[in-house]
Amino acid sequence: MTAATQQSQAGTDYRRIFIDTALTALIALAIIGPIVGMNATAPQGGLVLEYRWTMVFWLVAIIAAGRLFLQLLVWNRPAWVEPIHIKRTGAAAIAIGAVALLVGLSNMDSPVGFLAQIHPSLAAWMIAFGVFALVLGIWLMTSATKEIAEARGAQTGGLMRAVEPYGKYVGVALFLIAVVLPFIPGVDRRIVDLAILMLTYVMLGWGLNIVVGLAGLLDLGYVAFYAVGAYSYALLSTVYFPLWFGEGITPWTFWLVLPLAGLLAACWGIILGFPVLRLRGDYLAIVTLAFGEIIRVILINWYDFTGGPNGVSDIPRPSFFGIPFSNDENGFAATFGLTYSPLQRIIFLYYVILVLALITNFVTTRLRKLPVGRAWEALREDEIACRSLGINTTNTKLTAFAIGAMFGGFAGSFFATRQGFVSPESFVFMESAIILAIVVLGGLGSQIGVVIASIVVIGAFEVFREMAFLKAIMPAGFDPVQFRMLAVGIAMVLIMRWRPRGLITKRDPSIYLKEKKAVSADLVAQGHG
Amino acid sequence: MAKPLLTVRGVETFYGKIQALRGIDLDVNEGEIVTLIGSNGAGKSTLMMTICGTPRCRAGSINFGGADITQSPTHEIVRLGIAQSPEGRRIFPRMTVLENLQMGAAVSDPKHFDEDLGRAFKIFPILEKRQGQRGGTLSGGEQQMLAIARALMARPRLLLLDEPSLGLAPLIVKQIFEVIRDLNANQGLTVFLVEQNAFHALKLAHRAYVMVNGRITMTGTGSQLLASPEIRAAYLEGGAH
Repeated sequence: MTAATQQSQAGTDYRRIFIDTALTALIALAIIGPIVGMNATAPQGGLVLEYRWTMVFWLVAIIAAGRLFLQLLVWNRPAWVEPIHIKRTGAAAIAIGAVALLVGLSNMDSPVGFLAQIHPSLAAWMIAFGVFALVLGIWLMTSATKEIAEARGAQTGGLMRAVEPYGKYVGVALFLIAVVLPFIPGVDRRIVDLAILMLTYVMLGWGLNIVVGLAGLLDLGYVAFYAVGAYSYALLSTVYFPLWFGEGITPWTFWLVLPLAGLLAACWGIILGFPVLRLRGDYLAIVTLAFGEIIRVILINWYDFTGGPNGVSDIPRPSFFGIPFSNDENGFAATFGLTYSPLQRIIFLYYVILVLALITNFVTTRLRKLPVGRAWEALREDEIACRSLGINTTNTKLTAFAIGAMFGGFAGSFFATRQGFVSPESFVFMESAIILAIVVLGGLGSQIGVVIASIVVIGAFEVFREMAFLKAIMPAGFDPVQFRMLAVGIAMVLIMRWRPRGLITKRDPSIYLKEKKAVSADLVAQGHG
Repeated sequence: MAKPLLTVRGVETFYGKIQALRGIDLDVNEGEIVTLIGSNGAGKSTLMMTICGTPRCRAGSINFGGADITQSPTHEIVRLGIAQSPEGRRIFPRMTVLENLQMGAAVSDPKHFDEDLGRAFKIFPILEKRQGQRGGTLSGGEQQMLAIARALMARPRLLLLDEPSLGLAPLIVKQIFEVIRDLNANQGLTVFLVEQNAFHALKLAHRAYVMVNGRITMTGTGSQLLASPEIRAAYLEGGAH
């Protein structure tokens, strides 16, 4: 505000602005020129450089214009522009954006609509314009509102801090939505499938949160335990259980193998844990990364046992505690007098993963209040202090690895039964990275943060599949799906810039005393001490 | 009369090829305050860490309360009744004061928790006021108090204090040393104190050792060493008050 007033008194320094804009254009040209301007294509018989200077020109022009706009209207705002004007402009932009978006969306799928008659991709352009106007409008509104509040001397703590006290209710609300989700009108198979995927990542995130968030052991190979769980279920249910107990066991295998898969994964957690006991930070990360790759490479190369790159197929689907989801008189629908629908199995899977995830959460929150959970947190804070207080750091680390791995194994089992097929390709390093990103973005150690981050990250992946309108605008061959990792990367950079400790940074102490003066006995007597 | 609680005999400790301790003999008797003074890098903290088992000594023996602890792992040594307030305090910064104290009680019977917590708050009333605050937000003096209180939560028979005066204002140092004296006089706690602040430490201690380059060069009662011209010249001139 003061800077802007001083500027207006001295008169806007147009020379400086001009130089700045020119510099911006130069930098943009230097970056965009080679990347966009020269495209190596390989038509018949050799590599050819294709030049796209028009596109470079437009991109550089857009960047320079944006910089000029910022210089003239934001950083050197003319004195006659008041925050309230900006706020109104923002509101108008939101309104225009919303209208454009709605008109565009409603005409998107009808190639003979009135928009399409004017120009084939006008609807798509309307959507793009609408999204842009909405984002701009929201930005203008929030910044102006903040400025007005600051001018009034009010405290502005930022959106996240304002939301944080309601964190408890967010958790409860998400839980209630999750419970009734499959029965909300308008929720179709696609949404339930997406919800299953999100819950799988929530569960994996919660499992990894034990290792990384609570115990502070950076694990880049978490997908290994996911793989162990998935292959345990796949191999036991297709090969070994029928061999040992006969075919009759098949409807029950999921429920029998699930705990076994968790146990096996926990064993692998301990196997990983032993060699890395003395390692911390970067060194630990490298070894766990290698471990994740080792498991994958073994799965590819141990052909006789795992089926190699072909994976394991025809994995039994889970049954409703012995009753299969089939369309005959022994099936789920017939037994309960319902009309058969393939959706029933999907909804059942949804509730299975929901319950598994909730168990993970329950166990983690309980453990945090027990000596072993407290020791994990203390270990994250200071290993030497931990040892000097008589905590056996070896056991503490191994339990963290084992319990985290166990939940990864459960999730893997679930993955195998849902897909009906597993192959080493599902367990690449990228998966570990996504799970770790979810934990870090959510805020290390925060349970609700993991939920929000998985919804954002996995949801963002899916949103990109939906962005069909971009295909209409962009040059042929553009596929928005290919840009989803880029978008997630940008989101990650932004979150780390504004919320360096993750979305949710609040940490609830595991012990309180009710009153400040008196030392209350009841809390401690309940096993908190 | 004096029963030895901690006996260190001929201890040699190495960091790789570098020898940090060159045959240390030292006794701490029950009910005593014993201090070890010496300049930077003399090996004081190494001796304290060696008593706790990290790093292990390569030669010699350490005996605590009749048990040979030379080869015991750290967490078992702590369970025998040696509590440590480590150098640089090392409180858990993101955990609350109360949680820090709770961690200190990790090896003791949960039944004592209330009583021990009440005792800790009585010794350091400021901690009771700060109990819900994160450890990292405390001032240096409060953190030191928390580190000592945390060590006391384990109900130790021997309290090891590594430079409790490090980086603290003189007034706070005085307060902390007063607490140590009081713990020793009224609760019979045995204290082994490593200090650079020789003047305060010698005034407080019943007996003292001086360490130079990994060797004990002098020993005597606190007042003897305080009066000795060598000590005055090496550690006290320049007025460490």
